Amino acid sequence: MTAAPPIPAPAAGSPRSEATARPGPLVSITVAVLVAATCIPLGYVVWGTVSVGWTRAYELVVRPRVGELLFNTVALVIVTVPLCVLIGVGLAWLTERTDLPGRGFWRPLFVAPLAVPAFVNSYAWVGVVPSIHGLWAGVLITTLSYFPFMYLPVAATLRRLDPAVEESARALGSGSIGVFFRVVFPQLRLAILGGGLLVGLHLLSEFGAFAMIRFDTFTVAIFQQFQATFDGAAGSMLAGVLVILCLVLLTVEAVARGKVRFARIGSGAPRAATPNHLGHSTIPALLAVTVVAVLSLGVPIWTLLRWLWIGGADVWDFAALGNSLGQTIGLAGTAAIVTTVLAFPVAWVAVRSSGLLARTVEGANYVTSALPGIVTALALVTVAIHFVRPLYQSVPLIVGAYVLLFMPRALVNVRAGLAQVPLSLEEASRSLGASPSETFVRVTLRLTAPAAAAGACMVFVAVATELTATLLLAPTGTRTLSMMFWSWSSELDYAAAAPYAMVLVLLAIPVTVLLFRQSMKVAAL
Amino acid sequence: MVDIRGLAKSFNDHVVLDHIDLQLEKGSTTAVVGASGCGKTTLLRLIAGFETPDEGTITIDGSQVASAKRAVAPHRRRIGYVAQDGALFPHLTVGQNIAYGIRGEGRDKVRNRISELLETVSLNPSFADRRPDQLSGGQQQRVALARALARQPVLMLLDEPFSALDTGLRASTRKVVASLLADAGITSLLVTHDQEEALSIADQVAVMRDGRFTQVGSPQSVYRQPGDRFTAEFLGDSITLPCVVAAGFADCAIGRVAVRADDGPGTLLLRPEQLVAKVVSDSGELDGVGRVLAVEFLGHDVLLTIDPAGDVEPIIVRQNSLEPPSIDAKVRIEVVGNGVVFT
Repeated sequence: MTAAPPIPAPAAGSPRSEATARPGPLVSITVAVLVAATCIPLGYVVWGTVSVGWTRAYELVVRPRVGELLFNTVALVIVTVPLCVLIGVGLAWLTERTDLPGRGFWRPLFVAPLAVPAFVNSYAWVGVVPSIHGLWAGVLITTLSYFPFMYLPVAATLRRLDPAVEESARALGSGSIGVFFRVVFPQLRLAILGGGLLVGLHLLSEFGAFAMIRFDTFTVAIFQQFQATFDGAAGSMLAGVLVILCLVLLTVEAVARGKVRFARIGSGAPRAATPNHLGHSTIPALLAVTVVAVLSLGVPIWTLLRWLWIGGADVWDFAALGNSLGQTIGLAGTAAIVTTVLAFPVAWVAVRSSGLLARTVEGANYVTSALPGIVTALALVTVAIHFVRPLYQSVPLIVGAYVLLFMPRALVNVRAGLAQVPLSLEEASRSLGASPSETFVRVTLRLTAPAAAAGACMVFVAVATELTATLLLAPTGTRTLSMMFWSWSSELDYAAAAPYAMVLVLLAIPVTVLLFRQSMKVAAL
Repeated sequence: MVDIRGLAKSFNDHVVLDHIDLQLEKGSTTAVVGASGCGKTTLLRLIAGFETPDEGTITIDGSQVASAKRAVAPHRRRIGYVAQDGALFPHLTVGQNIAYGIRGEGRDKVRNRISELLETVSLNPSFADRRPDQLSGGQQQRVALARALARQPVLMLLDEPFSALDTGLRASTRKVVASLLADAGITSLLVTHDQEEALSIADQVAVMRDGRFTQVGSPQSVYRQPGDRFTAEFLGDSITLPCVVAAGFADCAIGRVAVRADDGPGTLLLRPEQLVAKVVSDSGELDGVGRVLAVEFLGHDVLLTIDPAGDVEPIIVRQNSLEPPSIDAKVRIEVVGNGVVFT
């Protein structure tokens, strides 16, 4: 798992655009098929439960093993999410609102951990502390991997806040601590909830990082169950509990978010904020940011380089590495293109219409993409085995899984791009004699292209660094970078795994840069 | 030239247009004026083809383009459309924007045409290589117009084309556009919420309220002889007084005013510019003499609040600010021209 974009609030269409939404048959059918497909994972869980029967289901769910997994998973979420909030918000405040030396240097450093997949981070820590295992190891590693999900949206929001509001609070008698907690923090609520949800969902779906340190969560257990019994009832029952946990997270976030929207009241461009003076706290603050940077970036980089040094020239099997890179690019490239192309009709419906269809699409997509990859993968395996045998372990099936898992990354970008093409431009084009399809190509597509390309890049890297669904669904003989990394590190040949990890990180760097730039740009608007 | 009959449109049971009839003369400019949300933009979008009517027909240049059953696609209607903000394509230069609708012509010909069109809208041909974001609002609006003109449309539709501009720019852009459309002899339909704009630019003004026209006619006639009180008040400041009409004169708090109306009680409507307050010598109570309550100096003009005799609300008179009456002065209000009476 790498960089997922911060969840933005759905774009509100202008009242006039709502009135004109009439999706054509091609769009409607594509969207309907996609919605149907997004129902597969949830349908699998429900169907699994029903076919097992209530008594057996009860037996499978209420047992000590499930209790242990539940404790592990819930404890992991309850400890890690607040830690990420603390670190993410703290760093964002330091880099955006204080006179911390070298702020421009620190900002990209706190987004950079997104380029290191959590399982690679886990591998790095095992390299440093071989005895590391269990809950606290899980908390340490995932906190260091996922705090950027909090840092990115919070920093972007902080940059966007109107300093005049804070100045008014100062004028009304609040000190700088008071201003932060009474004025700034409440305005960060949406960013924190969004980031928190993202961290929580990643924790529920992470497999590689926890398997590496022998920490059993639901996802890890489901994977092991699948390897042992293939299509077992026990596995689908565990998946059911995991889905419920996931829905609980979504509900908690939705309830906590409520209907509040914080808009800046008044007009005029906000001025840049005057940074808070750190004074005597400068040294401790510098120490804190250095510790975070060393732990989250220093450790994986140092371990990777160390293994590469130890392995020397022997670990660089360029034929195998090249083959693996080629397969990864082929698979991730296909998935990226298919996902982005499919994102267009969905985004169009979301931006341009306000009917039942649009809301169904948003809802279905939201829930399915929040489901752990393992559930989606298991569902597709089951459906393929029972109904379309030839699809099992085929490229179309695994690409389908990637589409379901990573659609939001493409969608968020395409939708934002589409929302920035005012309807009036398309109408101007029509009035100038261009047909609807010509208008789409010459105006809409052209203006959406940069956003769509960004979305495709994000899907590409997400697929390249995906492990769980890939292990379950990849056709026999597939050797992607993450699969090769996994197979070498499972055999405890850490040196041989290092080149694959290195290439994975290198692949993810451009997209991480892209994410960082996007967050800066949002602030500039 | 353009013939609209019985046009009706509703959105979610909300009636936006309620059986509208409108005819546009060839080469004329018509302004549809009304408050926001009255349905004027919907009318424009129906004519452009961005919406389809529920009832009624639209005929442009002899061919029917829209009815409840059949609608010609916008790109086949030969209309020009200038949106509120210009809607220039941000990814194209000014020249490419203008060339967007030009088809099947050689490079040099297109280039000449772009220069020509830029000159028509009083812009330097060197603007062709600029990006839309390098232009001011007024320039963008003129490029949008040039782009629409490039296709030689039979009908030009303008949706609040000047509302995004600041006051000074607005007046000058309005002048340029008005004379340009008149010179080119293009039939145009302009939608605006600004009565001054409508009255100054159009040959025909249609006042709209809640999806219907309250009055359609020349600017002078709709302003001087409004058909109802709404039209009168929408098109400009007005003063209303209760009156009794007898033999072509209305008797009211400020005296006798010539009107064309049937005898009987009614409401007299006057425009502020028809009123002039003249100081009278302080020689006892005279009929139709009022007292100045307040004097507000506005530079060129002065606003007088005058309490007429009798149980009538104070009247506001705006006149030039040379030697205004002082507070408490006794004034007689003289009326220039005829009044209008509503019963």
